[in-house]
Amino acid sequence: MALPKYTEMRYRVWHYSYLVICTAVFVFLIAPLFVIIPLSFNAEQYIHFSDGMLALQPEAFSLRWYEDMIYGTKNPWGIAARNSVYYAFFSTIGATVLGTVAALGLSSRYMPYKQLIMSVLISPMIIPLIISGSAIFFSLAKLGLAATFPGIVIAHIILGTPFVVITVTATLSGFDDSITRAASSLGSTPTNTFFKITLPLITPGIISGALFAFVTSFDEIVVILFVAGGDRNLTTIPLQMWTGLREQLSPTIMAVATCLIVLSTLILIVTELLRRRSERIRGISAQ
Amino acid sequence: MTAEIRTSDGELLSIKLKKVERRRRTTAFLLAAPLLFFIVFTYVIPIFQMLGRSIDNVQMNEFLSETHEVMQAWDGSEMPGEDVTSTFYYELKTAVENKYHGKIATRLNYEKGGFTSLIKKTSRKLKNFDENANFLDQFIDVHKKWGDIEYWQALKRGTDAYHFRKYLTTFDYEQKFDGSIERIPEKLRINVTLWLRTIFVAVGVTFCCFILAYPISHLLSVLPTRYSNLLMICVLLPFWTSLLVRTSSWMVLLQKQGVLNDTLVSLGFVADESRLELMYNMTGTFIAMTQILLPFMVLPLYSVMKTISPSLMRAATSMGATPFHAFRKIYFPLTYAGISAGSILVFVLAIGYYITPALVGGAKGILISNRIAYHMQQSLDWSLATAMATVLLIAVLVVYWLYNKIVGIDNMRLG
Repeated sequence: MALPKYTEMRYRVWHYSYLVICTAVFVFLIAPLFVIIPLSFNAEQYIHFSDGMLALQPEAFSLRWYEDMIYGTKNPWGIAARNSVYYAFFSTIGATVLGTVAALGLSSRYMPYKQLIMSVLISPMIIPLIISGSAIFFSLAKLGLAATFPGIVIAHIILGTPFVVITVTATLSGFDDSITRAASSLGSTPTNTFFKITLPLITPGIISGALFAFVTSFDEIVVILFVAGGDRNLTTIPLQMWTGLREQLSPTIMAVATCLIVLSTLILIVTELLRRRSERIRGISAQ
Repeated sequence: MTAEIRTSDGELLSIKLKKVERRRRTTAFLLAAPLLFFIVFTYVIPIFQMLGRSIDNVQMNEFLSETHEVMQAWDGSEMPGEDVTSTFYYELKTAVENKYHGKIATRLNYEKGGFTSLIKKTSRKLKNFDENANFLDQFIDVHKKWGDIEYWQALKRGTDAYHFRKYLTTFDYEQKFDGSIERIPEKLRINVTLWLRTIFVAVGVTFCCFILAYPISHLLSVLPTRYSNLLMICVLLPFWTSLLVRTSSWMVLLQKQGVLNDTLVSLGFVADESRLELMYNMTGTFIAMTQILLPFMVLPLYSVMKTISPSLMRAATSMGATPFHAFRKIYFPLTYAGISAGSILVFVLAIGYYITPALVGGAKGILISNRIAYHMQQSLDWSLATAMATVLLIAVLVVYWLYNKIVGIDNMRLG
């Protein structure tokens, strides 16, 4: 982005103010996340940067809120974490399988009513969560599944599938049909072709869809508010945070939030690796 | 002669081709079918059933079916006759015996305030009624509100099997007994304020996201991959981080004793006693929502800008356009697709936002979703909640339809 030497003064000014604006926006995006991390190591009970912290005195920092998070009895973070992982795990499997199979059908040239079906399948992502939440609650209540483990998993499958459908159809749209035709012409059965050729090629898309489904379930708060029905044994991390935040901002919540930021960093790394892998595969298949 | 062409198994080619195509269509449909049926049965149909509650009053109509029938002949201009009051007495008696008079009280209370206590008190005193005396007088003896004709009018209205009154309430209107539609008293008007605020916040947040996202998306798209990947973290890390984490970080920043106010005070910009009110009002909702939704604008914009060749701008400037002119005439129109995709995405998400306004917004910063949740969970006026939800849903579907027209759902990309 270096400017040529002959650039006029006013364009120079414009260019640097543009860079300043961009920096400000990036700070606006990322800084709020980094405010939380030091506060979670606060030795005091108040959510603010104490003088000791600003002077970087070691005694102003402590791990007591992490201890409270793990061993504390006031908030069942342990149960919440376990539940969150279970719901996310099962609903990711459900959403990925259903979504991938549907995406295979949707990306076929012969699919009837493609637009309409696609709109229906994506609707859980578009319709406001408050409407989804109450509708899913009513439907689960009718089936006797409200405030049960399977009920919550079903709710999260509904919310997760659109992401899988979108990412997998996107991957399939760049898929070269001649590869599968080549496999068939060499005598491979359709099943064999699917597992040996198609599946490995669309795996990055499936994994990134699965990640979306996982995060959707793991972060989900509005629908679970309706569906969990206040049962403490069904609580999740977001639900506990919601309850906590409505009462007061406690440093323990900062500790939990820091853990979640670490988790999202991991997810970010995985998606980045996936993207590179997918680019590499695309690069090879295009040659 | 084409009709004579046959396949190796002796079938006509055209017929065989049709068969194969039909088989492929069936296969494709069967693949999508499990998810389609799952979504339709657990999601789409329940939504319609739920929205049906906004006009559905069948249960009340069944509870007081005879009263409803007798009341059809009553025009509501003067106090109801004995036929009405006696029928109502007997039906209320059955209700008390079968213990559903509580539901009647709640439902009628939505029609007119004060009905809960009225029905409860009347139900308790029902056993003292003399079935041979004048019922209306006895009703009035139990509670003087029965002497007010408006309660009888509300009773007639409240036993209709279907009604559209909740849609009027959604926009702060009410239907008088004579059928005229009027705005409700000014101090009770809350819904229109909330609708306007929701639209204002959704449009405003979309606009702010656009203003903030445009320069950084441009920067990301022109920087060498090494740097842009690094900067992309600033967009993607918040994108992948839990909504509640981001909301709580804004609470930490914005509250009165929060980091932002502390910084301003210690820098001397603001006096300690006049700390800024950034939270529990619209400002808080607005700032937090802009930051939370910003990645949804950056990602589509970036993917569009990435495809714009830098030589176009160079060509324009080489032919004498000023950089500003070249931007306005060449670059900006090429990004329309990204702008519309991002704006619609942000708008749709913002209009139904619930969590952030509830935590950061306070009473002055809540949006229509929060009101729907309030009626669903606290006031339990489901008819009103679902009427509001229907209006919100229609608004979102219109935008969704526009999105499909302009961008196409097939082109939706994530991450």
